[in-house]
Amino acid sequence: MTVNPKTLPRPTPETLHFWEGTKAGKLLLQQCSVCSHIYFPPRPFCPECASRDVGIVEASGRGVLYSYVINHRLPKWIDAPYSIAVVQLDEGPRMMTNIVDVEQTPEALVLDMPVEVVFDAVTEDITLPKFRPVSGGES
Amino acid sequence: MKPGSVAIVGAAETTQLGKIPDASQIQLHADAALNAMADCGIGPKDIDGLACAAEWPTELAHYLGITPTWVDGTMVGGCSFMIHLRHAAAAINEGLCKTVLITHGESGRSWIGSKALGNNPASLAGQFEIPFGCLGPPTMFTIPVLRYMKAYGLTHEQLANVAVVQREWAGMNPRASQREPITVEDVLSSKMIAYPFHILECCLVTDGGGALIVTSADRIGDFPTKPVYVLGTGESVETPMISQMQDFTSSRAFRVAGAKAFEESGVSRDDVDHLMIYDAFAHLPIYGLEDLGFVEPGEAGDFIWERNTAPGGRLPVNTNGGGLSYMHSGMYGMYALQESVRQMRGTAPAQVLDAKVSVCHGVGGMFGASGTIVMSNEAA
Ligand SMILES: [Zn+2]
Repeated sequence: MTVNPKTLPRPTPETLHFWEGTKAGKLLLQQCSVCSHIYFPPRPFCPECASRDVGIVEASGRGVLYSYVINHRLPKWIDAPYSIAVVQLDEGPRMMTNIVDVEQTPEALVLDMPVEVVFDAVTEDITLPKFRPVSGGES
Repeated sequence: MKPGSVAIVGAAETTQLGKIPDASQIQLHADAALNAMADCGIGPKDIDGLACAAEWPTELAHYLGITPTWVDGTMVGGCSFMIHLRHAAAAINEGLCKTVLITHGESGRSWIGSKALGNNPASLAGQFEIPFGCLGPPTMFTIPVLRYMKAYGLTHEQLANVAVVQREWAGMNPRASQREPITVEDVLSSKMIAYPFHILECCLVTDGGGALIVTSADRIGDFPTKPVYVLGTGESVETPMISQMQDFTSSRAFRVAGAKAFEESGVSRDDVDHLMIYDAFAHLPIYGLEDLGFVEPGEAGDFIWERNTAPGGRLPVNTNGGGLSYMHSGMYGMYALQESVRQMRGTAPAQVLDAKVSVCHGVGGMFGASGTIVMSNEAA
């Protein structure tokens, strides 16, 4: 899937570590040192208890397909219907993504199937985290 | 609020709805406002409170010649007007102003004088949602539904049926944009937009506007119209990111706003004669019926299938045809409010006989915000 340059993420000081992480092949979440809550999207404090004492943790990159749509109303720069999905990570947080390396059909995209992160370097600066079915899992 | 302490005394939509190529967005606000003032026999000098969204209150006050002592520019999407009404009730009861005008206008189809909202690539949604090929509400608002379908066994036919039933209501309404009857088959064979949503399960894109005039209940004698009392109000917000809503099968903003409105009003679900649930997409009435407590979680698909919300049913819902068939300029909440007022005045094209209590429930953003109003043609 080609990316529209107008919709590339613009990292902020609070999210920069996440985008540095994906460039280095790591999916980074944050965890509160006080209440242990693991959260996403990034911010420099815990949304559960408001503590600023938070650290960065690397996610396993594993999760399940939680929900999705298959977009059929295509912009000029995309040539086939594609999934816009939400993945539930093993660590708890959910994130939006695309499910790749699999047919973009309801039959192939089965809710709760195990998925794993793959890193898509769409530009020199931006690598998007996408997910694919876990090989050896449900096929 | 004290139930019935405030009443809607003026209400009107723009003279035209649908495609209005000869009016800018602010003029649509003004056209609706002038119609609402004419409806209740007042002029701009009689108005001392002003609320609007998409345009600044400053712009509207100047344009209409109003000198307000209270303004509200709350802008949380399509339910902003329910929230304006709630804030107006509080302001009137607090003595901040006496007569409030709430306006909406949107050149959603012709796109004349509209403010482009645009993507902010540094926002959280701009960083963590939009880059994955999201192209507006049809590709985002719809995402939770497959999870709902798996959780409760809602079928594609039941989802399609929401649009079918609302088209029945639209068929009774001369002002509705789409009035031809449709079947479940028609919906399921219509153009796929974002699986599982077909085009007939997505709202219209039209031009229009609406306005309300609100005052304290002890002043209703100054107006010629049949007053519609506000009995209870609720509001809440959850998240600007659909991927981060807590529960994909239920909206927290719906539950909080709905519970608050019912609690304030003292009205029970069984007392409700007429219900509006903002329907940007076919799943909204399903989430709304459940989150407002009219049915248990997972039951709404069957409830609609069994024709409880259809003409002749025991809980008429979206009697103007809704955003799916009546009109949808982008922020539809004002049109839902207008239909509730018409039903309470007894002037709706598809009038629910002897209706005394109407509930009007709005969504803003994509399950991002909510506002709920309980109203009645009888004082509490
Ligand atoms: Zn914490």
